[in-house]
Formats: sequence, C-alpha cells, structure tokens
Amino acid sequence: MFRLIATRVILGLITLLAVCILLFLLIANLGYDAASAVLGQGATPDALVVYRHELGLDRPTYVRLWEWLSNLAHGSLGTSLTNQRDVLTTLTPRLSRSLFLAGFAAFIAVPLAVGLGILAAINEGKWPDRLANIVSLATISLPEFFVGYVLILLLALNLSAYVVQYQWVIDAFGENFKLFTSDAIYSSDMPLLDKLHNVALPAFALTMLVTAHILRTTRSALLSVMSQPYIEMAFLKGLSRARVILVHALPNAAAPIISVIALNLAYLIVGVVVIETVFNYHGVGEFMVDGVGKADAPVVLGCALVFATAFISLNTLADVLAILVNPRLRHPR
Amino acid sequence: MSDGILRLENLRVESISGLVLVDNISLELQRGEVLGLIGESGAGKSTIGLASMVYARAGCKITGGKVIIEDFSARDLSATGRRDLRGQKIAYIAQSAAASFNPAHRIIDQVTEMPIQHGLMARAPARTWAVDLFRQLDLPDPGRFGQKYPHQVSGGQLQRAMVAMAISCRPDILVFDEPTTALDVTTQIEVLALIKRLIREHNTAALYISHDLAVVAQVADRIMVLRGGKLIEQGTSAQILLRPSDPYTTALVSERKAADRLSVDSSAPRGKEVLGVKNATGAYGKFVAVNDVTLSVSRGETVAVVGESGSGKSSLARLIVGLLPAKSGSVTFAGETLPPALKERSRDNLRRIQLIYQQPDVALNPRQTIGEIVGRPVKFYFNRPPKEVKRRVAELLTQVGLPEDYAGRLSTALSGGQKQRIAIARALAAEPDLIICDEPTSALDQLVADDVLKLLKRLQDELGVAYLFITHDLGIVRRLAHRTAVMLRGKIVDEGPTAKIFAPPFHPYTQNLLMSVPEMRVDWLTNILDARAKLVDKA
Amino acid sequence: MRLFGHRPTVLAWIGILIVSAFIAVAILAPWIAPYSESESVSETWADMSTQYPLGTDNIGRDILSRLIFGARMTIGIALATTLLSFTIGTTLGFAAAAFGRAVDQILSRIVDVVLSVPVLVWALILLQGANGSIVALVLTLAGLDSTRVFRLARAVATNLVAMDFVEVARLRGEGLGWIMFREILPNALPPMITEFGLRFCFNFLFLASLSFLGFGIQPPFADWGSMVRESGGGINQGVVAALWPALAIALMTIGVNLIVDWVLSINARPSGASAEL
Repeated sequence: MFRLIATRVILGLITLLAVCILLFLLIANLGYDAASAVLGQGATPDALVVYRHELGLDRPTYVRLWEWLSNLAHGSLGTSLTNQRDVLTTLTPRLSRSLFLAGFAAFIAVPLAVGLGILAAINEGKWPDRLANIVSLATISLPEFFVGYVLILLLALNLSAYVVQYQWVIDAFGENFKLFTSDAIYSSDMPLLDKLHNVALPAFALTMLVTAHILRTTRSALLSVMSQPYIEMAFLKGLSRARVILVHALPNAAAPIISVIALNLAYLIVGVVVIETVFNYHGVGEFMVDGVGKADAPVVLGCALVFATAFISLNTLADVLAILVNPRLRHPR
Repeated sequence: MSDGILRLENLRVESISGLVLVDNISLELQRGEVLGLIGESGAGKSTIGLASMVYARAGCKITGGKVIIEDFSARDLSATGRRDLRGQKIAYIAQSAAASFNPAHRIIDQVTEMPIQHGLMARAPARTWAVDLFRQLDLPDPGRFGQKYPHQVSGGQLQRAMVAMAISCRPDILVFDEPTTALDVTTQIEVLALIKRLIREHNTAALYISHDLAVVAQVADRIMVLRGGKLIEQGTSAQILLRPSDPYTTALVSERKAADRLSVDSSAPRGKEVLGVKNATGAYGKFVAVNDVTLSVSRGETVAVVGESGSGKSSLARLIVGLLPAKSGSVTFAGETLPPALKERSRDNLRRIQLIYQQPDVALNPRQTIGEIVGRPVKFYFNRPPKEVKRRVAELLTQVGLPEDYAGRLSTALSGGQKQRIAIARALAAEPDLIICDEPTSALDQLVADDVLKLLKRLQDELGVAYLFITHDLGIVRRLAHRTAVMLRGKIVDEGPTAKIFAPPFHPYTQNLLMSVPEMRVDWLTNILDARAKLVDKA
Repeated sequence: MRLFGHRPTVLAWIGILIVSAFIAVAILAPWIAPYSESESVSETWADMSTQYPLGTDNIGRDILSRLIFGARMTIGIALATTLLSFTIGTTLGFAAAAFGRAVDQILSRIVDVVLSVPVLVWALILLQGANGSIVALVLTLAGLDSTRVFRLARAVATNLVAMDFVEVARLRGEGLGWIMFREILPNALPPMITEFGLRFCFNFLFLASLSFLGFGIQPPFADWGSMVRESGGGINQGVVAALWPALAIALMTIGVNLIVDWVLSINARPSGASAEL
C-alpha cells in the first residue's frame, strides 16, 4: 500500500514539473510581448526592440527557461515586467486572501453538500430528493457572475436603494449603510469578524455553486452503492436503515465522494477568479487576469503555477485518500 | 392449530409496472422441515424466499396475502417488529457470498453484527460464538479467520462464513437462495453436506431454492415446483422425482435424468481429422494456462473438454482460434498448420473455425438487427449480393428453428435460448468445419438448454460439422460427446472415447468429478459421503 | 408524445421548450430584433419601457436586441466548440481503447498533464495573443475540452472492446474500421449523447465567463458574456442591465440540463434505497 501511495505522490510531482516547463514554454512563445503592452500602441519599432532587450525578452528560450527554473529552485518567482516588483512578494498576501475565501466557502460547502446529498439519497424518489435535484440542477446552471451580481443587487446596495419609502430607517442607519459589501476588502490585520463580514457575499456565491456539484455527486455515489447486494444483505439481517446507510453504505461511497470533493475544491480555486473580478477582491485570480492583460509573463507564470500546484495537490490527495479508504488496497491478498 | 413455523397464505408480489411475480402462493413449513422451491428463472422462487422475510426488492411490492412466522402476522407488524424477525427468527443465505459481504469490513464484524445489533449478545461473547461457528463449519484457522477481509478468502470459505453469519442468532427458519450454484462441482458437494448436517443438528426449518432438481432432492423433504409465479405441483421429494404428475414437472425430471445416461455412440470409427492440437502451450505472461495439450477432433465428431473453473479449458479455445498465441506446439486444421497469432491467419482459415459463447446477451451486438448479425458472415466470407444474403439468412433462421421474419428485429427483446440460436445461425453462416462451443448452455434454463443441445446434435447429423464442446457439466458430455478430454490446471489428465472415460477404471480426478455431480436419487448425498469416508479410511 | 420512444416528464418539456425557444431566437435574430446590435438608440442605462423592454446598456444600445443577436454568437460558438471537441475527443478516446497499450499510454499521459491545470488558466494563457480571433477561441476551447471527452470515450470504448460481440468481429477478420464504426460506435452513442449535453453546458458557461473577463468574444460582436462585462459597473447603482444577459445564460443552461437529466433518468432503475422493508 505504501508503494502505491508513494508512486502516486511521485507521479504528482513529476506532473507538476512537466506542467511548469510546459507553461513556461507556452508563455515564452505565445506572443507575450510585455514591451508593446507597457509602451502602448504608439511605440516605435526601435523603442520596442530596445525595451525588449532591457526586459531580457530577446534571449533564447532555453536560456530563459533555465534561468526561471533555477530561480524557482531558490524560491523566487522573478520580477514583474510591468512594475518591477518581486512577484512572490506581491503574490503571497493575495494568495492568503484567495485561500481565505476558498477556505471559508469550502468549510461551509463540504459538510453541507455531503449531508444534503446523503439525505437526498436516503429519500430517493420522495419530495426531499426531488427538491434537492431541481434546486441543485438550477444552481449548477448559473454562471458565477450571475450569482455574484444578484447577491449584490439584493444585499449590498446602499440602504436607500431598498427602503426609499421608510425615511426613518435611513435616518437610523445612515444613507450609505450597506448590509454587505460589494467591494470585498480584506487585509490581514482586520479582526476575524470583519474579515468574514466583508467576504460574506463572494463566499456565499462560491459556496452555492460548489455545494450543488458536491451534492449531486454524493447522491449518485451513494445511490449506486445502495444497489449493491451487500446492502440488501444488511437489510435482510434486520439492521436499521440508519445503520445500513452509515455503517455499510457510506464507507464504500467514500472513495467517489472524496474524489468529487477534491475536484470541486480545485474548481473552487478557479471559480474564485470570476468572483474576485465581480467583487473586486484582490486575490490571485485578479492578479492573473491583470497580468494576462498586460502580457506580464512572470506574473502570469507565477499565478498559473500556484493554481496548477493547488490542482495537482488536491487530485493527488484525493487519489491517496481513495487508496487508504479501500480495504482491498490496504490489505492485499 | 398447526405446528407450522412459517406460513404463506395467498401471497402476491407485483412489480411497479404491474407484472405479477408471485401469484397466489400458499405454503406451510413445519419445524425442522426442509421445503425445496424448484423452478426455472422467472419462476418467482427467489421472490418468495425474500417475501418470507417480508422484503421486496426495489421495484417490487408485496401486494397481497399473509406471511405468518410463528403466529406473528409479519405484514401487520411495525417496521421495528419486522426488523426484529429478520435474523432472529428467519435468516437469509444468498447465492453469492462474495457479493453479500461488505468489502469494507472484516468478516468477524459482519458475522457478529446480528447478535450484537439485535441485543442478544455483547461484543466479546459474540466473537467467541462466531469463532465457534467457524470451527463447526470447518473453516481453516477459526481463531484468526474472522480478522480477514472478504476479498482475502476463497469463494467456498466465504460461503461458509455466510452460513455462519446466518445462524449466528440461532434462527428457526433459514432461507437458502441457490447457495451452491456459483460454486464448483467439487466444492458444491461439501457445502451441500454441511448444510444438511447443520439443518439436522439445529432442527431448523428451511426453504431451499434452486433450479437444480437433483441438488434439491438431496436436502429437501418436500418439493414445490414453480413456474411463472404459480404453483405447478408439490409433493415429497421421492414423489416428485419418481412419480411426477404435471407435464412440466415431468419434462424437468426427464431432462435431468437424461443427463445421467450415456447417449452417444462413441465406438463408431472416426472420420478425417479436422483439428489437431499437438503439445500446445499457452501462457498469460508467467501464468501457464495451457500446458502441453494434445488432442484432435475429427469430421462430424463432438469432442468435449471438461474441467472446473481455472482448468484452462477456455484458454485452450482461445489458443486454438489464435487469441492466445501458442508459445510452443502447433495447431493444425485440415492438415495445414495454422499460424499461432490471429492476424496472421487467412480469411478462409478464420471462416472454418467458429465460436459460440456462454453469454448470448453479450455475444450479439444489441444495435444490429438479426438479419445483419446472421447475414454479415455470408457477405464477408462469400461476397454474395444482398438478395442472396437475405435468402440465406431466412434459410439459416429456419434451420435453427426461428421464424424468418425475425431478420428485421433487434435481438435484445429475445430470450436467452432464442439469442443462442441466433449465435448458432451466425456460426453456421460461415459454413465452418469446426464449431467451438464455450459453455453455450450454462447460462440458460434447463429445458431451454435441452432444446439447444438437441438442436446442436441435429445440426451435426445434418451438416457433418464437428464440435469442440467446452463445459463443466458432465451431463452434457454424456449426451453429446463422442470423445472427452478432462482438463486440470492446464493439463489434459484423461482423454479418449466418452464411454471409456466414464467407465472404471477412472483417473482419480475424473472419479472425483463424477462423484460430485448430484444424481436424481434422494439418497445420493448420503451414499456419496459414505463412499468418500470409505475412501479416506482406505487411504 | 414520445421522444426516442419515451415520454418526457414535465421538467423535460420545460427544458425542451426553453432550448427550442432560444435556438429559434438565434436563427431568426435579424427578423425579430427591434433594433440593430451596435447602434446607440438612447441614453445610457435607460429604464425598462415599452420602447426598450429591457432598457439600454452602458452606451445606450437596446438590450433586448443585443440579447437576441447575442444568442447567435453565444449559442453558436458554444455549439461549434462542443461539436469539435467531441469529434477530437471521441476519435482519440476510441483510438486509445483500440490501438493497444502504447498509444493508450501516450495519449492518456498527455491528457493527464492537460487536465492537471485548470481550464481557465490554460485558456487565459493560450488566448493572450489571440486578439479576439473567433477561430482561435473555438480551436483552443475545443482542444482543451476534448480532454474530458477523451476520458469518457476511452472508458466507454474500453468497456465495449471487452464485449464478446467485438471479439466475434475480430475473430471473423473484420478490419478496424468496421469494428469502430459498426460494432462499437452505435453502442457508445447513449452515454455519449448525454455527455454532449453536459459538455455543451460547460462550454457555454465557460465561454460566457471568458467573455466576462474580457478574453472571449470581443466587440463589436454581441455575446451575452461580454454584455455582462460591459454593464457590470452599473450594479452598484442598482442598474439591472447586466442581469438580463446573465439570466439568459442561466436559463439556456437550465434548459439543457433538464433535458440531459431526463435522458439520464430513462435508464435508471430504482436503487436499493427504495426497497420495501
């Protein structure tokens, strides 16, 4: 079993390395011309050549690749081509912001979705199941920005937009009072409650979407386990429904459920990009979108690396957990 | 008041689509009595067994009648009451132990679950009891057996563990649902003996469900014959075996009896050799599946290859057709040596050997019409124009006993027996010299299988086609095969005319096989066990 | 009325209705839109009125007309992407199942690498220099999405290749072409069709997100995602202009999902969870 796990982890690391190299090669060769992005459209061809040379963009690719990799090995992600700031230093606080948002959403979404998915599966065909099915289907069909904007419209406008006829409410709370904010500001020195309050709307949007996905897969994984003969045997032994589901069905449904949670957590990190844009949340996603717009290769590369690492790590973790949860792999013949 | 421990009165079970699965069945089971439920697939016997536990599978409902267990009308009890009955008063033993054990838990946890959950024992005494049961059931190393996971033990051992699980609460009634069908013939006999001993020792009543009359006759005091959810006939075991009154029962009995007699003349002279296998060896990586095998099949002859699972008989078939290239030795066909690998063989070579599979559902493409399935070989091998193909398809369908207008239909709606006939028609369309039949009737009901075997025999008489018949069923061998080869672990241990193989002196393995096949006598099992005991004493 | 031999449920009918309506709108756009898609007709962010049923956008264009024209772009491109991705993914997936271990390993490793980076990241990187070229957009998205189709096609084909009737064809001496197209493909269609629906939804939403971020379809073409982007700023002032295209996207996706859900449920049998005890 340990061999299996070690193999998986090594495979993950190799994939990560391959991805790093691939990403670099793509970015280096796909017209990432920071020079024209920075100097603008009016730049003369000579000025562009000079600037490119200054930025080191005219060196051969393998030289740049090697330089980047050795920087990486020393823990550095290079400097931004557009504002000369160290990428890693800019990235770190943004990363903690994105992680806070994603973590907050995951913290609520995962237990909620798994619990609801189990309830739906237990009540297959009855109204709780049908309701869960319809609501989750509608939710996964909604684009992230739709959810974001609706939430803002409903909860984050100035108070006066909602209660224009109740002057006394406005007088009590002040005209610019907002229930929630649409500009999710977050700095690490805020008290936790403030952080949570600011991040509430974007986190809620993310939570909704992810919950729906995890709910549907939990339900179907559990239902497919419920059709197995050993479940029928458990019922025929006179065990209670609760025991059959919790002790007999869930342990076997765990592997697919864990995979889906990992996949969705990875999606969470990506869904973050759109939500960050909607709510002006200064996380890694926003950074990357900006960097792409400015053709700032080190920034884009750094952010892409962060996302890829998170993705690969979560998938590897899911695979390892699936191995641990499967007795056939824990105790081979 | 009768002493019946289980009574079903006018039981009726329907599917949600309205199909009647069990139609007005009544039965009474006395303490310590074993009632056999016999029938082909779809007869409703499993459904009755499950209904006795007041359980219906998803998509089915018990819609009428009473289930009375020891004076409790089970259908009127609350859900908790019904749960209490299950395990404590009546327990279920399924067909496949491997599927009935939860792969995520250790065996001992599952065997002790019932006494603990029903509040009969605490954990430690339950474990001691379980180990005791393992010992009673002759499981190896009973003290540590339970610590294993289901995937770590063999099928036969798991079946015994399932029996241990069922009797852990000492129920008064046991429902056996085809408990030995999935086992090898030699394992079957041991489990059967075990079941019989247990029932006697604990004086439990039992419902024994099976499709095999000979097996049921060994354990049951009375037998009920079912068909399409209805009762056809019932009586004592001796009555049903020796003096059946209903034509359906009679057909079942006589078909089964035919399997006990030799009905092929194996002394006739052999024709020209069609298939010759010489010292062929084939392996999957390191595992040698076919070990130095030599055999031959002549024109118009049926050669049976007999063995249990894992004997290599299917691998031999794959070797002959080229799916498993022989590492050494040769395969000759009509005098010409065939290249070991499939892709090197000529189209004509491929045409002359055809294969029929065990599972007709998977052997026919569900998206092709019957006409396309049967007609393709005609077009592919002989390049006939479409009109001629149609004519030939109609001809072939008639030859296998199917109506001509089936050609436009899909095969999915047909029964197993009909699908197998189509597979045969497809094989015949190539006008082969040899047809390799890989357990073609194992997945079919008894009477249907009988018809298919009769068809195969007739075709052989009419067309002179040779068969290499792979099977584990000695009854089929006796009925069809001129010559027989017995395989064990990749080697042929005995080979020759069928009459000679099945007459003494026997090869020890052949003897073992022969002794393990239940015969249509009520006392067969007792006799066999005595004979075995004598063998052991002698040794 | 029966569709594919089965009766659609109420929800499925709703889905069919929504999807048909949107497709009809997309096709008939030039004839039913009241105004053109790029002309400013009034002030910015005018309220909803009888003249402009959904109001106007950030530079005064009629939202309803843009919405109608936008249907063509948004649905059309998503459809083209999905068709292309399906063709590529299915071909490669079947090839991986049929051509032996070496081909399978190479293809699967490549797909694994592609799948280990989130699609959005790939898309942002690859589309950087695209300059709004629609061909580049479709090719990139189709290529990225085909990896997911590959996985399913490979799994389906691997299952089918193991079936006896495929072996029968091999033993007969049939060529690869026959086996692929006449034996395997017809049986692979049912799971692939539902997958098509799901991939379409994904591509549709993804495309909208890309346009929303500014990397998808560029002006002057109207597409729902970029419409949201353009009018997004107004949300803070309570202007709902951005909501209409977003709602259209949501509705279309719900419609397709309802249909897919129904198709999936046709073959589903009640599970052990509803056994009678």
